[in-house]
Amino acid sequence: MGYQWNWGVFLQPSAAGDDTYLGWMFAGLKMTIALSLSAWVIALLLGAIVGVLRTAPNKVLAGLATAYVELFRNIPLLVQLFIWYFVLPELLPKALGDAFKQSNPVFQMFSASMICLGLFTSARVAEQVRAGINSLPKGQKNAGLALGFTLPQTYRFVMLPMAFRLIVPPLTSEFLNIFKNSAVCSTIGLLELAAQGRQLVDYTAQPYESFIAVTVAYVVINVIVMTLMKKLEDKVRVPGYMGGK
Amino acid sequence: MYEFDWSSIPGSLPFLWDGMKISLEITLTAVIFGIVWGTLLAMMRLSSVKPLSLFAAGYVNFFRAVPLVMVLLWFFLIVPKFIEQLFNLPPGTDLRLTSAMIGFALFESAYYSEIIRAGIQSVPKGQMAACYALGMTYGQAMRLVVLPQAFRNMVPLLLTQAIILFQDTSLVYVSALADFFGAAYKVGDRDGRLVELLLFAGLVYFVICFAASTLVKRLQKKYHPA
Amino acid sequence: MIKIENVSKNYGSFDVLKDCSTTVNKGEVVVVCGPSGSGKSTLIKCVNGLEPFQSGQIIVNGTSVGDPKTNLSKLRSHVGMVFQHFELFPHMSITENLAIAQIKVLKRSKDEAMDKGLKLLDRVGLKAHAHKFPGQLSGGQQQRVAIARALAMDPICMLFDEPTSALDPEMINEVLDVMTELAQEGMTMMCVTHEMGFAKRVAHRVIFMDHGRIVEDDSKDAFFANPRSERAQQFLAKILQH
Repeated sequence: MGYQWNWGVFLQPSAAGDDTYLGWMFAGLKMTIALSLSAWVIALLLGAIVGVLRTAPNKVLAGLATAYVELFRNIPLLVQLFIWYFVLPELLPKALGDAFKQSNPVFQMFSASMICLGLFTSARVAEQVRAGINSLPKGQKNAGLALGFTLPQTYRFVMLPMAFRLIVPPLTSEFLNIFKNSAVCSTIGLLELAAQGRQLVDYTAQPYESFIAVTVAYVVINVIVMTLMKKLEDKVRVPGYMGGK
Repeated sequence: MYEFDWSSIPGSLPFLWDGMKISLEITLTAVIFGIVWGTLLAMMRLSSVKPLSLFAAGYVNFFRAVPLVMVLLWFFLIVPKFIEQLFNLPPGTDLRLTSAMIGFALFESAYYSEIIRAGIQSVPKGQMAACYALGMTYGQAMRLVVLPQAFRNMVPLLLTQAIILFQDTSLVYVSALADFFGAAYKVGDRDGRLVELLLFAGLVYFVICFAASTLVKRLQKKYHPA
Repeated sequence: MIKIENVSKNYGSFDVLKDCSTTVNKGEVVVVCGPSGSGKSTLIKCVNGLEPFQSGQIIVNGTSVGDPKTNLSKLRSHVGMVFQHFELFPHMSITENLAIAQIKVLKRSKDEAMDKGLKLLDRVGLKAHAHKFPGQLSGGQQQRVAIARALAMDPICMLFDEPTSALDPEMINEVLDVMTELAQEGMTMMCVTHEMGFAKRVAHRVIFMDHGRIVEDDSKDAFFANPRSERAQQFLAKILQH
């Protein structure tokens, strides 16, 4: 084949001269992590609220929550991202839209990506939260109410703590998904890990090394997240339930 | 306030439809290949032959750890060059569509394999024992008894995965291939009407996917009442 | 203490409760029995408003349960309830189970709640298990904790919804013993149960329900000596054979 392997390329100074190519990769890795974690915070908060509302006795609230979930689940992530990034600034009041368009481009890309990933994932988290709540025995809610808790208190002290423990495994896979989905944000020019990989191919002319390194980085993120979540799972395991002792 | 102008859509419908055909083509190929290869992977994973189950586990875990965008980039930027050199094709042969299909199929089969594995495991162990007691071979038992039951349980999940896959095909955007989304983006970019075209694309995807997932839910109720 | 007047409830065209009326006086122990599906569990859940009803009214300690203006949480906080499936909160230790509602609903201090909880736990004979989780206890033990949890709220009366029907036979007595003791101390109790031995021992009155109606409502002695309705006779015959 005649391909010249050269793993040393990562230690060479980059085209811009201020960094090595390895430095580029780490910059991308940092961006991927920052984006995924901030989007995850949004996803968890909104997902918990929407998931709870889906189980609410109030039909209007439950209906709105269902519409929210369906909206974000049935449009491809890429399309949602482009709508946040290209469409929304146009539809905002002119002053606000212009201010956004004149802000730091990295800020524009990052905030659109964060909101997009956060809301997209929140719909999926909401489904897990709802499933967790619905899997609790119905008597738990009654027991909470019978002790004099209000309905919000019953959710807060009785149902949600248990539901969240039950859904740690599916939430783990959503958490992993957010890292993987963050790669979609390379399409609007955000220099996260996948985008840096592409850039490395262009600049180093060592496509195999570049892509292998980036792919391995994703696998490593995956392994680290799984290990951490396994620890969390063990920590919140309820004695006497779900395989706890 | 932004002034909408939807006039570039009607004239572009044939072009958009061509794009939709590509999206559907990729979806269909990947679903079929994904189910076939996914079934084989699932059977390997459950097999008692260590190398087979290790290979299948490695394959599935690898593809589930890597972003689809990354897999597609491999199949657009690296694999075509590799194939060109391997088969001595003239440089510049357009392998993008073939490459996209292969990439999707290999990626999705990992997800299908997990669904199918769970389906096979949901069939009671006694079924297999009963087949052996009747003198069937492993292959016969799988083909005639276990898989038909497993697939029946899995139909809704397999279809839901197909809907996700259809949404994911929009990611061939990274190869500048004109699938439905790519076509919509091109029209919007050309006419300076990106806002309208992106909203239109979002609406079309929503209508298709919402209708499809509603159908799947109905089907699920029919198969598994209550 | 508890006054139920002409209460009816239906799901669409299906009547769950038909024109039920009865009273439970202070210090009285009333056992509600009847075949499954007769509406007895629904009736007892109406008393603290866990189940809504369409007509009639229920007055608990002077408060109307069905009145939309009633603060149901406040009412429930001093009406104890014990469930068929215990319904301890699985993610909390036994002490936390006992303390949580005292702290959050009655606004007691943490120390006070813990103190009270432990005292009651001791009373049901489970002090040694204070730091365990519900899933680590047997059914009978869980139910005793559930009774202690209800008592920790200083209830003015207690509702029992089939407290022993989810238990293995050898555990039924440990729960009934606790209930008997409570009754002897003068607690006002309304118990849905099939335990006729318990009814004979401690009940003042027995209510027999069938098809959503209160068919008999009589003193214990009259009920067991001579049930008036045929259905109650059949029911007793079946249940007492064992």
